[in-house]
Amino acid sequence: MIPPPPPATNAPRTVRPPGPLVIDIEGVTKLYRMGAEIVHALRGVTLKVHRNEYMAIMGPSGSGKSTLMNMLGCLDTPTSGHYHFNSKDVSSMSDDELASIRNREIGFVFQTFNLLPRSTSLHNVELPLIYAGLPPADRREQARKALENVGLGDRMLHKPNELSGGQRQRVAIARALVNHPSIILADEPTGNLDSKTGEEIMQLFDHIYEQGNTIIVVTHEEDIARHARRAIRLHDGLIESDRMTGN
Amino acid sequence: MIPPIPAMKTLARFYYEFTESIRIAWAQIRANKMRSVLTALGVIIGIVAVTLMGTAIRGIDTGFQNSLAMLGDDVLYVQRWPWGPVEDWWNYVNRPPILVTDAEKLNRIIENTPNSLLEIAVPVAGRGSSVKAGDSSVDGIYVFGTTADYARISGVDYTEGRLFNDLEASGGRSVCVLGYDVAEALFPGRSALGGTVTVGGHPLTVIGVFAKQGEFLGLFSFDNQLVMPLNAYRKMFSIRRSTDLRVKVTDKTHLQEGKEELVGAMRRVRGQLPGERDNFTINEQQAFKAQLDPVKTAIALAGLFITGLSLFVGAIGIMNITFVSVKERTKEIGTRKALGARRRTILLQFLIEAVSICLIGGTIGMVVAYAVFLGIHFQMPNFPVQFSPDLVVISMLVSVVTGIISGFAPAWGASRLDPVVALRYE
Repeated sequence: MIPPPPPATNAPRTVRPPGPLVIDIEGVTKLYRMGAEIVHALRGVTLKVHRNEYMAIMGPSGSGKSTLMNMLGCLDTPTSGHYHFNSKDVSSMSDDELASIRNREIGFVFQTFNLLPRSTSLHNVELPLIYAGLPPADRREQARKALENVGLGDRMLHKPNELSGGQRQRVAIARALVNHPSIILADEPTGNLDSKTGEEIMQLFDHIYEQGNTIIVVTHEEDIARHARRAIRLHDGLIESDRMTGN
Repeated sequence: MIPPIPAMKTLARFYYEFTESIRIAWAQIRANKMRSVLTALGVIIGIVAVTLMGTAIRGIDTGFQNSLAMLGDDVLYVQRWPWGPVEDWWNYVNRPPILVTDAEKLNRIIENTPNSLLEIAVPVAGRGSSVKAGDSSVDGIYVFGTTADYARISGVDYTEGRLFNDLEASGGRSVCVLGYDVAEALFPGRSALGGTVTVGGHPLTVIGVFAKQGEFLGLFSFDNQLVMPLNAYRKMFSIRRSTDLRVKVTDKTHLQEGKEELVGAMRRVRGQLPGERDNFTINEQQAFKAQLDPVKTAIALAGLFITGLSLFVGAIGIMNITFVSVKERTKEIGTRKALGARRRTILLQFLIEAVSICLIGGTIGMVVAYAVFLGIHFQMPNFPVQFSPDLVVISMLVSVVTGIISGFAPAWGASRLDPVVALRYE
């Protein structure tokens, strides 16, 4: 269960010492062809993220933050430049190798939750473990634990349409955590929630950060970014600023 | 690079993905019941067609074998004309008739041949005629005359009475044995024994009624016949061009050897010189089979055409619905890929969905076909249909193959979707 949330403003912020290098991006560019036009979504981004970091990626729409997010999440490969994930070269991987990295090393949290509508919470959380090839009993056990960890121990057999928005996002977070990934990638995790529920979700992120997870949140809201320990700002496909946040 | 996963683990993973795919497919079909059933309609019709076709062909074969046993499958026919159509009719038309005395000569040869494969030859002369009794009359009865030895080549039982004996036969007594249906029609609800029927104006006393034998493929009934002594028959009708010999072989597993012996014996009977062509034909019931082949081929062709057409339409429908399903769930595909689903996983998922719809169609088709089969079976007991388990297997295989073929293109497309594009899809 989640501990009672401490008052957000005066909370003592734990900053865990950085661990080994997880994400190592060097001079990454990404070009898109949109009709006759070529869009430079990323124009040479260099970024290092270590284990135990809690980072926010910020920027206005069109700044390239979604592209960067897809790149970090191994959903997309760079046009040029290098990307090493846990010192493995991602730029040259096949689709299936990327799928395997995503499955074992990355936990995704989407703005629109992206739960399977006809499956129970438990089954939704089990899904990454199915693709990891875990036997059913182990899957259920781990999924159950992950759901209890986000405070949904009593909602395991509910389907998404029987859950509130906040609860759905909790299921999604449990799903992202269930495989013990190297990083959690959250893309506008509060974008479809009211501000109160959004704040609760961010407190959940704080909580799982303190449990020892590495988190990257993509957002355009300062309030959300303030939860992170580090914030980078993108502008026109380049990193404009990279600094620690804090009280 | 990714460390190689041991084979067992890959296999286990494949199994989990497989069961997950089945789960998704059923959830999907349950959620779209009407759509799925409508889509499966083509497959349903195809399976009904292929099953009924198989049922009919198998029924014809079985009916044929049963009917052969009814006729006596150890009997050869010595006749002037071969069964079935002939193009060189001029070769047969001038053949000398088969004579009753040929049977006597043949029997003498058989008796004097040690270890003969032939048992006995019996002359039979027959024609279609009407049979009357009092005010009732039945038409199209096969009326034939033979000797008392007929009992030895026919395995038929009697409902009542008996066949005429040697004395009655050689004396040409006016007695007869009726087929079951003839007796039923002329003497409804009472015994025909001792009754009188008239054939061609000649009165005959009924001394026996054959047991019910059923129809040959539902076309020709063995219960519509009348048998009398040959010597009585020749008083009413000419036997010159209508006589043939029925020759029983001792062992029906050596029918062909018996046939060869019979050809030699008949040439002696007919006094044919070496080098001369046979002036008779040995017919056997297996030859009927060849005559049935065009019927079976026609049924098979019609069935295959209907099956092929409906399966083709069905396959296109399923392909279409799988495309729709992929489109509808583009975002889900993106999510699954983000969570680690490989191309193969997605391919499998949609293939299994298509195959499942086909299997449902196949199962419904089988049930419908079985109902039709039962309907035919109870409404027309004589119509030869037979349902067999291998038809179930064939239908299921056809369904699976249809599913794989029709589902492949959309499933392949789904498996190749770019996760970034798929996730963004609304």
